[in-house]
Amino acid sequence: MSSERRHRPVASATTESTPLRVTLIAVALVFFALFLLLPLLLVFTEALRAGLAGYVKAITEPDALAAIRLTLTVAAIAVPANMIFGIAAAWAIAKFDFKGKSFVITLIDLPFSVSPVISGLVYVLLFGAQGYFGPWLSAHNVEIIFALPGIVLATMFVTFPFVARELIPLMQQQGTGDEEAALSLGASGFKTFLYVTLPNAKWALLYGVLLCNARAMGEFGAVAVVSGKIRGVTNTMPLHVEILYNEYAFTAAFAVASLLALLALFTLAVKALLEWRYGDQLAASNGRH
Amino acid sequence: MEIRIRNVRKEFERYPALHGVSLDIHSGELIALLGPSGSGKTTLLRLIAGLEWPTEGSIFFGEDDASSMNVQERNIGFVFQSYALFKHMTVADNIGFGLRVRPRGARPPSAEIRRRASELLDLVQLSGLESRFPAQLSGGQRQRVALARALAIEPRVLLLDEPFGALDAKVRRELRQWLRELHDKTGHTTVFVTHDQEEALELADRVVVMSQGRIEQVGTPDEIYDRPNSPFVFSFIGETSELPASVADGRVSIDGQSVDIGVAGVADGAARLLMRPNGIDVVEERPGTIAGDVIAVRRSGGWRRVELLIGAGRHRVEVELPVDATQNLTGRLHILPRHWQLYPAVALSQASLGASLPATE
Amino acid sequence: MTAAESWSWRRPSVIPGFGMTFGFALTYLSLIVLIPLAALIVRSTSLGWTEFWHLALDARTVAALRTSFGSALAAAIVNCVFGLVLAWVLVRYRFPGKRLIDSMIDLPFALPTAVAGIALSTLYAPNDWIGALLAPYGIKIAYTPASIVVALVFIGLPFVVRTVEPVLADLDRELEEAAATLGAGRLQTVLRVVLPQLVPALLTGFALALARGIGEYGSIVFIAGNIPFVSEIAPLLIVIRLEEFNYPAATAVASVMLMISFAMLLAINLIQAWSRRRFGHVV
Repeated sequence: MSSERRHRPVASATTESTPLRVTLIAVALVFFALFLLLPLLLVFTEALRAGLAGYVKAITEPDALAAIRLTLTVAAIAVPANMIFGIAAAWAIAKFDFKGKSFVITLIDLPFSVSPVISGLVYVLLFGAQGYFGPWLSAHNVEIIFALPGIVLATMFVTFPFVARELIPLMQQQGTGDEEAALSLGASGFKTFLYVTLPNAKWALLYGVLLCNARAMGEFGAVAVVSGKIRGVTNTMPLHVEILYNEYAFTAAFAVASLLALLALFTLAVKALLEWRYGDQLAASNGRH
Repeated sequence: MEIRIRNVRKEFERYPALHGVSLDIHSGELIALLGPSGSGKTTLLRLIAGLEWPTEGSIFFGEDDASSMNVQERNIGFVFQSYALFKHMTVADNIGFGLRVRPRGARPPSAEIRRRASELLDLVQLSGLESRFPAQLSGGQRQRVALARALAIEPRVLLLDEPFGALDAKVRRELRQWLRELHDKTGHTTVFVTHDQEEALELADRVVVMSQGRIEQVGTPDEIYDRPNSPFVFSFIGETSELPASVADGRVSIDGQSVDIGVAGVADGAARLLMRPNGIDVVEERPGTIAGDVIAVRRSGGWRRVELLIGAGRHRVEVELPVDATQNLTGRLHILPRHWQLYPAVALSQASLGASLPATE
Repeated sequence: MTAAESWSWRRPSVIPGFGMTFGFALTYLSLIVLIPLAALIVRSTSLGWTEFWHLALDARTVAALRTSFGSALAAAIVNCVFGLVLAWVLVRYRFPGKRLIDSMIDLPFALPTAVAGIALSTLYAPNDWIGALLAPYGIKIAYTPASIVVALVFIGLPFVVRTVEPVLADLDRELEEAAATLGAGRLQTVLRVVLPQLVPALLTGFALALARGIGEYGSIVFIAGNIPFVSEIAPLLIVIRLEEFNYPAATAVASVMLMISFAMLLAINLIQAWSRRRFGHVV
């Protein structure tokens, strides 16, 4: 022991002293607990304030069920649409060389830098009563704003980049060698995609779809602008949370919110699992979502 | 400055990297730590630098026990294999870094630091590149900047980890020459790590051959090449062909045929005969030579390489001959080693090797 | 092979499907993103120069923009400090629960903003959880501008942590050892060698958090109190103008915000270009 101590008289060259290390860890933990953990705990605590029976009642009430149904419907349309776009865009961008590629990538990322409220507003300006197509739509009895199509469009806008963002860097990194080999062996373009490209990118695709779905189900600002918030008709889950909260039905609001929080936790868990298990098959894309 | 390493043992998470190594490095000497990867050579270098701490044993810098000094206090110049240049600093700022981080009292004025950086750039023949960034330099230039940065703090000892590892063969050769000249000019005690025996033999005053956390042999390049003290050193230091032999009554025989070479103090019993392709002669058939069947003749640069299979065991032996050699290189050939080593065939522990040092012809 | 194969702006390739996928992607991009955004720009230009600036420089609008920008700036600065500490601790140290915390960092990305909004609002309300602890000291967070910063710290935290983490993890330890062999103490090494290399990542994370903060809506409206000229944010003002059917005003505010977004996007791209030039890699 004594020789051990004799040889460790000074701090290692590339780390901090123990007290500083402990302090930094403590600061990080407190900040984490205060800003991330506590709000999450609060959601579940408040949701269960009226007991399990009250909780079940709050989430099975007809308006809540309608909101859940609408949210699932919207996600079921927006997510596959963005997934197909993401795959097509990734194929065109990653497997080919053309001028203006980085500009196209910037355009795809655009919805991330636009305020969600603006994402809703643009559709109101197009399809709303005072919008460019408003008069024509009302003449033909087509409802977009304050109806399902508007909500879907706004959701598609805000979740637009997710899948493409995960796929493009990964598929760029993988290059075109595998595809060229498959083609040289006589595979058709579609078969090459199905049996070579897709298996190589499947985890990144799942990852992107997962994040896209979480955002699609949770989007608030954009949807708030286009939905009209008609209870039981155009209210998604986040909007329903807002209405309940503003009516001081706090426990019910948190009960519905807890479902969304569970979705978030599920998303994080699968994300962590994917990163841990298949980290090498996800592109080195960073936190931009 | 003289460095004495005494019984240094180092374990990483219970995995031993060095087993009780002792070594004296003389002042002003250029010494090479040579060994395959995993031999512990880089660990030894990092222990000298103070980047790692020995599990047991001590290292002395002159009369001072370095165990009580941390890396900042040891005043060593360390050149990393990857050069570890600071990417966000210019060449001049990289070189001046060690001076600028000194405490206020010991810090030279910034004009002086700039002047010193220029001087060192002259020394490493990169004058005028002060304001470049590392990303704008070639590999060889980065290597020299790293060296200038290490020299700027006027180190007591210069330590280089695989200094030429990341360079292509031509640059490597040039820099090797240049480093030797620089060492002769500045006279720093210098230790460098390499896995390239050619580099070690050409550059160093003394070579320390290491294997599996132990020092196998320490000696001048001549001693290491001509009198390797173990089959490991022999085969690590150059191309090797090996034949199983036996020693009885003061005679060496291979495949039951007596061979005209001395037993060189090897005791009776099984033995290993190690030779180099350029240390074997092709001779006339007569008793006392080794016979083999030619299986291939290849041209290799200025030489011709003959591949033979020897004896019932069909052991492969390579012989290097001048291109203009007149012998008939087909069928059966007779050879006799000119330079060779004979080792007892028992599994030797490193410690017992010194006692049975084989002799050379 | 489609006609696209022979266009000179694209390098020829044996891989099929470019025309179809590129055409589809571009059409979809135009329909969902580009045309709607263009509609906003066209609408705002149709207002005319004077009318546009009259609406955009309206006192309440300017106050709302200032609130959005100021709070986002303050939150991004807080996140730079604590995000760096979190990233440092998560990359460099080992402690129990580290993996769990690392995966929870993305919670603000995954948690719907409305949920975050009501949770933070309840957390900091004067008679609840943290709010009740602070109230005796006369510190009020909910329904004040400070609450906006709190919400935006929550929203923006992952941006800084997630941009710094990979750069810190990839940082060559030999650089720090080199600094030590040259005599630099630990603090000097961190300040002169480590931090400068994290600057591009920190700046990128900062800009991303700032951009997101300026546009944030859901998490703020519940907690801020939304008092005009005090704690009313620009996105909320757009919603209010829309509810008043005052489309020109909504359009004007939105256009100004869109310009800010584009400026931020440009800034982020410039940071990355600079980083690539100087450090040879992108953050």
